[in-house]
Amino acid sequence: MEYMLFIATDTEPEPGVEQPGEIEAWVEEGDRRKIHKQGDRLRPPSDATTVRVRGGELLVTDGPFAEAKEWIAGYDIIECADLDEAIDFASRHPMAKFGRIEIRPMWPMD
Amino acid sequence: MPDVSEALAVAHASDWAKIVAGLIKVTGNWALAEDCAQDAFATALVRWRVDGVPPKPAAWLALTARNRAIDRLRRASSEASRMREVGIVHELENWGAAFSASDVDDERLRLIFTCCHPALPMPARVALTLRTVAGLTTGEIASAFLVSEATMAQRLVRARQKIENAGIPYRVPPAELLGERLNGVLAVLYLLFNEGYTTVRRNDLARSAIDLAASVVELMPREPEARSLLALMLLQHSRRDARIGSDGEVLTLEEQDRSLWDDSDIARGLATLASARARGSYAIQADIAACHAQATTADDTDWPRIVSLYDELLVLAPTPIIELNRAIAVGMADGPDAGLALLARLSASGRLAGYRLLPAARADFARRAGRTAEAAELYREAIALATSDDDQRLLRRRLASLEQ
Repeated sequence: MEYMLFIATDTEPEPGVEQPGEIEAWVEEGDRRKIHKQGDRLRPPSDATTVRVRGGELLVTDGPFAEAKEWIAGYDIIECADLDEAIDFASRHPMAKFGRIEIRPMWPMD
Repeated sequence: MPDVSEALAVAHASDWAKIVAGLIKVTGNWALAEDCAQDAFATALVRWRVDGVPPKPAAWLALTARNRAIDRLRRASSEASRMREVGIVHELENWGAAFSASDVDDERLRLIFTCCHPALPMPARVALTLRTVAGLTTGEIASAFLVSEATMAQRLVRARQKIENAGIPYRVPPAELLGERLNGVLAVLYLLFNEGYTTVRRNDLARSAIDLAASVVELMPREPEARSLLALMLLQHSRRDARIGSDGEVLTLEEQDRSLWDDSDIARGLATLASARARGSYAIQADIAACHAQATTADDTDWPRIVSLYDELLVLAPTPIIELNRAIAVGMADGPDAGLALLARLSASGRLAGYRLLPAARADFARRAGRTAEAAELYREAIALATSDDDQRLLRRRLASLEQ
């Protein structure tokens, strides 16, 4: 199954509380176990732009979906046998100790 | 001819989960498995009255459930899904032929662990365990939790969807996860027990929780915490008929008529506890319950031992509720003033602010120490904090007894 990990944090402004090299080690483990497909950091919500189209009109606003203390600092796409494997791998992410990681199953087009 | 309802009740208790688990394993479809098992039991109720109870009831039920599943899959399958369904039907045909109650124990465990997976919301874990493992109907679970049948049905549908969509595995967790996940299972069962036990009119939920815990013990005989929890439940459950006064109010241990305690539950609880040989929190709580169960009166209770058991429990779970219970035991062991001193300190810490049992306990000791005015004031404080009618009635009665 394919899952998206949302790496969320409420640390301002930089999420970088982990030790140098920790993320790289985690990604390497994912590559070795052949479960990590893709992932990256995201710039903070102050750099976000939100787009909507309502009644045919384009509305562009500054900022994220919702004003929340917590924001998404990165994402990863992983391919695991089941949720337990996804939980295990997510729990090893360095940010699991400081922020929170939401695991969402992908909903593929049939 | 054996009594059909009795034979069905026996078969339901021992075979429901096995049949459901077997069908889930082959079809991967929880709703189908539960519906077909339920249909099989409903069919048995009619058929067995006419034909008599079959020589192998479990095999009869499994085969009937399987045939129902095959019918439903054939009727429902579209062209697109036909290939997959043909495979499942073929497997089902083999499963039914091979069904024997003994080799599906692992399937039942798989079912319990999946129903209690921590990725499911707690109410869903409880509902799913009752529906899928214990075999209660959706209507029965709904009335036990005082929600409409539609709400409960929706909760079950969402839980089954999450199992499928989120990829919750259908298995007994591997060794490195087992301890943590087993604790999760036991927590679900204890919550279920307490739902049934604390609410007087839902004793059958407590009984279901005991039966489920007994299955876990049977399936995982080397897990001491499961045994301890079963012992704890049995010892608490032994008091069910004595807990309630003639006006429906909840009675304290001291006020209960101990001749109403269920001796067979106590004996079974003590034997289970003796075989557990564990020092986890359920074992310690069961030891405390055992001290009460073995005392002929409240005064005759081994209170010093209960104090030391609470000390042990506080190391594992340092919560103010346990401190409160320990202070009460100290008061019973060393006299009301010793209890009052500890309770006053707990009260001053503010950690149980708003909790009615703290002023209620202080009031009880003040009454014993002969300080009637102080006791009355504390009872009034507790009454103001009590939310349920039963609690208020109990406290009012004690307040009234001060004035006699």
